[in-house]
Amino acid sequence: MIRAAVFAGGLLLAGPAAAAHPDLTIGVSSFPSTLHPAIDPDLIKFYVLGFSDRPVTTFDASGKLLCLLCTRIPSVANGDAVPEGAGMAVTYRFKPGLTWGDGAPLGAADLAFTARVGRDPNSGFANTHTWAIVSRVDVIDPLTAVMHFTELNYQFDQLGELLPAHLEESVFDRAAGPGEYARQSFYARDPTNAGLYNGPYRITGYDSGSRVVLERNANWHGKRPYFDRVIVKSIGNTAALQTNLLSGDVDMIPGEGVGLTLDQVLALQKQTPDQFVYAYKPNLTYTHIDLQLDNPILADVRVRRALLMGIDRQSMVDRLMGGRVPVANGFVNPIEPTYDADVAKYPFDPDRARALLKEAGWTPGDDGICRNGAGDRLSLEFSTSSGVRARELLQQVMQSEWRHIGVETIIRNEPARTLFGETLKHRAFKGMAMFAWSSGIESTPRQILHSGQIPTAANNWGGGDYTDFHNATMDADIDAMERELDPEKRRTLWLEMQKIYSEQLPVLPLFFGSEAHVWPPWLKGLVPTGTNAPTTLWAEDWYAE
Amino acid sequence: MKRFLLARTGQAALVLLVMSFVIYSLIGLMPGDPIDIMIASNPGATPEVVAHLRAIYGLDQPIVLRYAHWLFAALHGDFGYSRTHSQPVMVVLLPALWQTCKLMLTSFILSVALAFLLGVLAALKPGGILDAIVSLFAFAGISVPVFWLALVFILIFAVTLHALPASGISTVGDGGFVDQARHLILPVTTLALANTGQFTRFVRAAMIETLRMDHVRTARAKGAGEGRIVLIHALRNAMIPVVTVMALSFGGLFSGALITETMFAQPGMGKMIYDAILGNDFNLALTGLLFATLVTLISNLLADLAYGWLDPRISL
Repeated sequence: MIRAAVFAGGLLLAGPAAAAHPDLTIGVSSFPSTLHPAIDPDLIKFYVLGFSDRPVTTFDASGKLLCLLCTRIPSVANGDAVPEGAGMAVTYRFKPGLTWGDGAPLGAADLAFTARVGRDPNSGFANTHTWAIVSRVDVIDPLTAVMHFTELNYQFDQLGELLPAHLEESVFDRAAGPGEYARQSFYARDPTNAGLYNGPYRITGYDSGSRVVLERNANWHGKRPYFDRVIVKSIGNTAALQTNLLSGDVDMIPGEGVGLTLDQVLALQKQTPDQFVYAYKPNLTYTHIDLQLDNPILADVRVRRALLMGIDRQSMVDRLMGGRVPVANGFVNPIEPTYDADVAKYPFDPDRARALLKEAGWTPGDDGICRNGAGDRLSLEFSTSSGVRARELLQQVMQSEWRHIGVETIIRNEPARTLFGETLKHRAFKGMAMFAWSSGIESTPRQILHSGQIPTAANNWGGGDYTDFHNATMDADIDAMERELDPEKRRTLWLEMQKIYSEQLPVLPLFFGSEAHVWPPWLKGLVPTGTNAPTTLWAEDWYAE
Repeated sequence: MKRFLLARTGQAALVLLVMSFVIYSLIGLMPGDPIDIMIASNPGATPEVVAHLRAIYGLDQPIVLRYAHWLFAALHGDFGYSRTHSQPVMVVLLPALWQTCKLMLTSFILSVALAFLLGVLAALKPGGILDAIVSLFAFAGISVPVFWLALVFILIFAVTLHALPASGISTVGDGGFVDQARHLILPVTTLALANTGQFTRFVRAAMIETLRMDHVRTARAKGAGEGRIVLIHALRNAMIPVVTVMALSFGGLFSGALITETMFAQPGMGKMIYDAILGNDFNLALTGLLFATLVTLISNLLADLAYGWLDPRISL
C-alpha cells in the first residue's frame, strides 16, 4: 500500500523526460477570439497566424514591403498598377506551386473569393472599407488576378491573408443573414482543418482560451521549419506568465503586444540577466496625450506648446523605460519612410514654457499655479487607463513637472473600457487623455486627424479625432495622399501633414513604443520586426542550438 | 417533501428569470460595447464600418429587445453564440464546466475533509496547543491572498524544484490521467488551503458549542466513549451551520475561482465568465453567470434537505 502510494506520488511529481528542443512553447497573455484572418483583428491572432497563414505581402524589419505569396510587388513603375477611369487596376502574380495545407492549390481564385466576401457588408469583416472600393477581381489564370478599384488607393500594393476558396466558398454561399458566414466558417467550426492554412505550420490543436498547437505543414512550399511542434499557451496573468517562463513551462514570451510590457521585461532582466536573451525593438506604437481643444485653456496653441516644453520626456524614457524607446516629435514613426526629422521640436525648457504661458495671459499666483486676468486657475484634468502602472507612473512625473511651470493637473483615471468606450468616444474628457495607438507603415491619419472623423451624435460617435482638431489643409492633404500613387509626391504631402501637426500640436507627442521579447539562449534566428508584421512570419528561420 | 421540492423549483425558476434580466441589463450598462473593444487601437476603423459591425452583432437594437430575443431562444435551448470564442455558447461552456468540476470538486472535498479533521481536533481542547496551531493555520488560510499563495506554490514546486507544472491542464501529446492529475495538484492545493481556513473556523466553533450541550454531557455521564461522543453525538449536530456555509461556498466556487484559474491557466468557469464580461460577450457571460446561480440554488436546496436528515425535528 505504502509502496503503491510512493509510486503514485513519484509519478505525479516526476517531470517530463528531458529532450533536446523538438517543441517550442510560447507564453502569451491573450487568446484570439477567432482564427478567421479578416474578422475581429487583434495582435494575438496575427501572431498565431504568422506560423500558419501567410499574407500576400508584408513589411520586413527594415520597413520594406515584401512578397510572401506573390512574385513581385505591384507598382506603377513595373506596370502592374494602372490607372483606370477614376480608379485603378492592379495585377497580383502568385508564386507557382503554392498550396493550402490540404494540398489544394492557392492563387488567383482565392483572391477573387476573398474580395467577394470582403465586399459583402454582412461578412463581419473589420476592414470592409478596403474591399468596398474593389469593384471586381478578374482571374486571368490560376496564378494571376487583376483587382479593379473604383478609386485610387495608395495602399494597393499591400494585401493580407487570403481565404481558401475551396473550403469557404460553399459556406459563404450558404450563409444567410448578417454575421452568419462568420459563425459557419471553417475557422469557427473546424479550426484545425489543414486546408485553412498555408504557412510552414498548421494548427492541429485549438483549446479556446487556453492554447493553440501547431505542427509542421506537410504541404508547405518553403524552408522546412526546425521545431516539430509549436505550442502557444495563454496565461492571462503576467506575474504567472513570468513564473511559467522561470519554471520552463514556457520557453519564450514574445513582445509585439501579446506578452509582457516593456517595464515588466526590464524588471525581469534585472532579476535574471543571464538566463534569457532580452531583445528590444522600437515599434509603431505611439503614446501621446490627446488635448480637448474645446477647452478654452487648451484652445491656445501657446499653452499647448508650453505643456510640451514643461515635461522632460527624455528623462522619463531614460529613467522609467530604460532608454529603450524614442521620444516622439510627431505622429509618424522614425522607422517609416515618410518620417520627417525636421519638424518643430519642443525640448524640455521650463523657462521657455513659463514665458509662453505668460504670453498667453497666464501668470503664477501665490500658490505657484498660474491664473489669467479673470482669476481662473490654469487647472486641467488628466486621464489615462487606470491600472496601467507604467502610464500612471508617467502621469505622476508629468503632474509634478507641470506644477513647476504653474500648471495644475487633476488626475482622473478610468478603467480602459470606460475611457475608450465612453469618455473618449463621446469626447467627454475635459482636459488631457493619455493613451497609445498602434498603426502600420504609412497608415493614413484620416481617422485621427481628419475633421470628418470628429465623433458626433450625427456620425454615431464614430471616428477617432477626439481632440476636435479641424484644419482645412490637413483634410486636403489626407484626401490627396490617399489617392496619390507616386511615393515621392505622397511623401511631400506627409511632410506637410507632419509640419501642421507639430506646429498646431492638437496632441502632445510623448514616445514611440518598443517591443520587449524574452527568449532562451538556445533559440536562434528570431528577428523582431517592430513593423506590426509578427515575428512568426519568419518562423521557418527559427532553430535551437 | 414533494410540495417543498416543487415550491423550491418554482422559486429557483423565478430567481433565474429575474437574474437573467438583471445580469443582461448590468452587462449592457457597462461602458463600451464589443465593437469598441474590437476596434480599440485600430485607427483605421471608419464610422461606417463600426456602425455596420454593430448591426451585424445586433448591438444597434435596444437592450430590452436584445434580452427578449435571447430569452426566447434560450427557452428553446439556443443560448446564442459567443463573440469572443466564435463558437456556440454551450460548446464553450461545457468544457469550462468540466474543468471547473474537476478543480472545484477535488478542492472542495479536500478542504471539507481537512476542515472537519482540524476543526474537531481544535474543538476537543479549546485554548490548547493543538487549537492554537489549527487556529494559526486557519487564519493564515483566510488572510493569505490566493494570488500570493499561487505564486509561492509555483515558485517552490515549479520554478525551484521543477516537480510540478506551473500552468495548464495537460501536456501536449500526453494528457493521460497522471498528466492531468499533476497539472491539478497546485491549483487544487491553493484553492483547498484558501477554503480550509474558513471551513475549519466554522467547524471548530460549531463543535465547541455542541460539545457543551446537555445531550453531550448526558452521553458522557452515561459513560459513552469520547470517540462516540464526538462522532455520533456532537458532530452530526454541529454540521447544521457548517453545511449552510459550505453550500453557499460551493455555489460561489463555480464562478469565483477566477484568481486560481488565471494564475494556473486553467480554462474554467470563473475565468471564462470574467473574460466574457470584459469582452462584452453577452451570451456567454449571461449563461455562465446563470449557471453559477443555478449551482448556488441547487446547493442551497441540498443544504435544506441535509438539515432534515441531520436534525429530524426540522420539517421540510
